[in-house]
Amino acid sequence: MRADPAGVLTGAHFLDGDFASGEGAMAAGCRFVAGYPITPSTEVVERIAHRFPSMGGTFIQMEDELASMAAVVGASWTGTKSMTVTSGPGFSLMMENIGLAAMMETPCVVVNVQRGGPSTGLPTMVGQADVMQARWGSHGDYEVIALCPQSPQEAFDLTIDAFNLSEVYRVPVLLMMDECVGHMTEKVVIPEADGIEVVPRQLTRKSPAEYLPYEVNGDPVSEFARAGDGYRFHTTGLTHDERGYPVMSSECQETCVRRLLDKILDHVDEIVRFEEEGLEEAEVVVVAFGITARVARMAIEMVRREGVKVGFLRLITLWPFPEKEIRRLAHRVQGFVVPEINYGQMVLEVERCAGGRAAAVSVPHGGGSVHDPTVIARAIREAAK
Amino acid sequence: MSLPANETGIPEHPSAPLLRMERIPHVWCPGCGIGTVVKCFSTALERSGLDLDKSSVVSGIGCSGRVAGYMRLDAFHTTHGRAIPFATGLKLGRPELQVTVISGDGDLVGIGGNHFIHAARRNIDLLVILINNFIYGMTGGQNAPTTPLGAKSSTMPFGNFEQPFTLPHLAASSGAPYVARWTCLHIRRLTWAIEEALERKGFRFIEVVAPCPTLYSRLNKLGTGLSEMRFYHDNAEIRHGADTRDLEVGFHKKIVCGKFVDEPRPTFLELKDQHYEEKLGEEYVPMPQEGGMIHA
Repeated sequence: MRADPAGVLTGAHFLDGDFASGEGAMAAGCRFVAGYPITPSTEVVERIAHRFPSMGGTFIQMEDELASMAAVVGASWTGTKSMTVTSGPGFSLMMENIGLAAMMETPCVVVNVQRGGPSTGLPTMVGQADVMQARWGSHGDYEVIALCPQSPQEAFDLTIDAFNLSEVYRVPVLLMMDECVGHMTEKVVIPEADGIEVVPRQLTRKSPAEYLPYEVNGDPVSEFARAGDGYRFHTTGLTHDERGYPVMSSECQETCVRRLLDKILDHVDEIVRFEEEGLEEAEVVVVAFGITARVARMAIEMVRREGVKVGFLRLITLWPFPEKEIRRLAHRVQGFVVPEINYGQMVLEVERCAGGRAAAVSVPHGGGSVHDPTVIARAIREAAK
Repeated sequence: MSLPANETGIPEHPSAPLLRMERIPHVWCPGCGIGTVVKCFSTALERSGLDLDKSSVVSGIGCSGRVAGYMRLDAFHTTHGRAIPFATGLKLGRPELQVTVISGDGDLVGIGGNHFIHAARRNIDLLVILINNFIYGMTGGQNAPTTPLGAKSSTMPFGNFEQPFTLPHLAASSGAPYVARWTCLHIRRLTWAIEEALERKGFRFIEVVAPCPTLYSRLNKLGTGLSEMRFYHDNAEIRHGADTRDLEVGFHKKIVCGKFVDEPRPTFLELKDQHYEEKLGEEYVPMPQEGGMIHA
């Protein structure tokens, strides 16, 4: 369906990534946000706190990130689209209830504007070191979707996509922005509401008597009933059967948890997104995401002038990872060069998928600034030898 | 009074329509007080005349955290300590819901203590029923923030030396507009209190002192659940309006019960609406009562 015009600030704007992400959320129909202040993400909720009163939304500043995430999961069970926003230290606290959202299959969005870590790290400066935490941060086995914007425009667009994906797959979707994109101000074009596709919450049409909250029905997800409509359903963070009732057995664990994995793994091709350029001729492929993708482009231009055949793969979904594409390329290229603002996280995934057929070269950076493009260029030259 | 009979001819439990009978027998031990609270809550809810389809119950983790799982309402069994913030999202996401949190002392004021005081401060529209058995039951009788001074627990084998919370005082000083305490013996008074609290708005807090024969009583040689009931009978003192500073529960000492606070003040949502109407006039759009969902 089309977006509700009340949340859509149509026009060409000059916005930073944080504001743009907030606008994306409102355009996507988000009407409940719970958050706790943390640099460099706070501008997202400041924008929302300012605009929500005119569109029927509720923002609440909670006592901490544990509460923020719990409130988001609770609100989503009323059918109201819900989001929270944070950075590394808060992201760590949210892991508890991100796991609950995954287990209860609750659609919601978490924006993480990444700064340098670990611990308090570099509060005002860039990092990209939470990307593995996004995948593995909460305990147990589950799948999530994580998106990564490279510009304020994409922060707007991908926040809408994050909401839509969360509805389709009933998962928490993580928007893994970084401080540079969050605080970078650029032109952001917001279309008319009619031009924005929004996935609404689909409510079950079954009667309460025939409804099972976790029915295995051949679709990726079960039908959803919201609180207050007479379904009197039960949901829990415990391993549960189709009725949502706890069952402590390895058989039920297999059915329950396998569903959480398969609903994503069986649809990887529909979810995975990347941007590619010059791959067909390439001997070396640069794999990058977020702000580092923009820095890597400079390095690519530098070495191309020297005649190096280098292609570019920009990750838009970090999770699920574009495994097939890396495998396909690994058969014909010499190596991958992976610059990222951490000490080598996504490169591990590239290396795994390359399976020894092509080298995976890490270009690490501890955070606090972006890479020097000449360092990436040097790594590309080395990999092309 | 004739009770409806089920297929076996055995009269149905009067609270059966509000319970998930297919999940009975429940997990609680013989002599435990939690079932009593479930019965009082069910009775109060039925008498309240509230639309039960719009009533949700939220629990955290632990023995009392299992309450939601037996209630035939929209029921949420959440994470340890987070029942109150989860319930906050539920209430704010669809303001017409009546949301009750039922959980234990360790859950609500141990790991969840920060959420408890802030929800009371904000006066979020929640009824919070805290079942206080003075101990962590499900994990094996460890010390709780409510364990009385001198009482034994599995992690304070020589007796607790930490000062416990006085829960009505914690709630009242955090801003709760309705505060009461009863024991599992006071089933009529507890039911009335829940009924009354369901009529009120804002953060309504009821502490229910409950026996835990398997752990608290065993570790402290207090006998069975029945012995605890006898103890409540002989040692509970009803003192409505008592100063909440005087309500500490000592080890095997008198338990002051009653309604201590009943002073309405505007809830979070009332204040929000009032504030934005004043500041923004007609520009302000409140969250619709049925929630902010866009319909498919």
